[in-house]
Amino acid sequence: MDSHIDTPPEDEHESAYSGLLVNDAHWAFGTDFEDPLAGVDTTIPDGVDGPTLAAYALMLGDDALVMSHRISEWTSNAPDLEDDIALSNIALDLLGQARLLLARAAKADASLVPALPEGSPVPPEDALAFFREAHQFRNVRFAELANGDFAEAVVRVLLFSVWRLATFERLRTSRDHVLAAVAAKGVKELAYHRDYSARWFVTLARGTDESRRRLLAALDELWPLWPELYDTHAVEAAAAASGVGVDPAEVRAAAEGVLAQVLEAADVPGSEAPRRAGVLGRTGRDGMHGEPLSRMLAEMQSVARAHPMGQW
Amino acid sequence: MSDQSTGSDLSAEGGHGAVPLKDVPTGQGVTPPEPEWPLYEVFVRGKRGLNHVHVGSLHAADDRMALLHARDVYTRRNEGVSIWVVRADAITASSPDEKDPMFAPSGDKVYRHPTFYDIPDNVPHM
Repeated sequence: MDSHIDTPPEDEHESAYSGLLVNDAHWAFGTDFEDPLAGVDTTIPDGVDGPTLAAYALMLGDDALVMSHRISEWTSNAPDLEDDIALSNIALDLLGQARLLLARAAKADASLVPALPEGSPVPPEDALAFFREAHQFRNVRFAELANGDFAEAVVRVLLFSVWRLATFERLRTSRDHVLAAVAAKGVKELAYHRDYSARWFVTLARGTDESRRRLLAALDELWPLWPELYDTHAVEAAAAASGVGVDPAEVRAAAEGVLAQVLEAADVPGSEAPRRAGVLGRTGRDGMHGEPLSRMLAEMQSVARAHPMGQW
Repeated sequence: MSDQSTGSDLSAEGGHGAVPLKDVPTGQGVTPPEPEWPLYEVFVRGKRGLNHVHVGSLHAADDRMALLHARDVYTRRNEGVSIWVVRADAITASSPDEKDPMFAPSGDKVYRHPTFYDIPDNVPHM
């Protein structure tokens, strides 16, 4: 292949890696460092209330943000190197979704963004992530549970990604261009999360007695918070009615259908654990969260809050 | 190199050639250490590439898991569109001991190279 006279250094066959590391500069949506929403039309569609759209985007974004942080707590703690990287990749995918969704919320309703000292370089999506209090978060309580063992991580990722994928598949046709773009990108990521965790679910369920025991225990632990994922909040209903959002109750059948396939492949009967009630009728979407979230946020936000004027 | 322990073990198994693990007395009791998952070699083909390139290795329990692990570990920077994984013990490698008889003779056969032809300027990629 190569002749032994001087070959020009730009020859693609010169280095084994030169064909791989190609800078095509066709980066996907959401990768700009400065403006996360660069490249997409951010005007609010006709007939859509800005604050409603923002509140809805905030809910989707908080789900991703809290879940991403929980999964990132597995970094350097996973059973082996490759699964450590896989879980970190999942956390990063969700963090990217969170960034885009929080940026969208801030654009649609600037009053949501916590006020920071004059001259602070913190962008609005970071202000939302790091300077809000726990009661201002609108994630489902499922996402904020403290981590357990690896089986619990697998079940958590499976349930979350099955639910979120069913939602995002419908969100691709949102009237809001930003949400539609986030959903179009997100379905590819979530499909992989679902496949990865479903494979591990089946492996653990049909593996040893211990792996099955732990898997069933994890399912019982998380199942009480599964029904809350399909409660329709007033904001979600309004967003769905105006065509920018998805009513969670509508995706339940699709999500449970997918889950049923995984349970059957794993030969797992499912869980009978009763649903966890809200507090005074309020759940995660109303800002009602437990102590785990406060502890998580205390750690997650500590550095940013210590340096509100910091350049990163 | 991994051929230090037995002289015939030429695979990359057991610590990537750094330390021989089999049949080495560790003095740590009777049970041997937990075996690792089998080793797989990973090959990735880029978007514009014609061939798969070896990018590294990883451990996995079976072929399908090796593929998923390779996707997670070796395609993070959009390196490729196709992944091959091969069990490392399915690969036969030449021995460094045989380097001289295997490869040296081709170094002095200049008549095997197409260097004596004038290639016109407008002919690409020769």
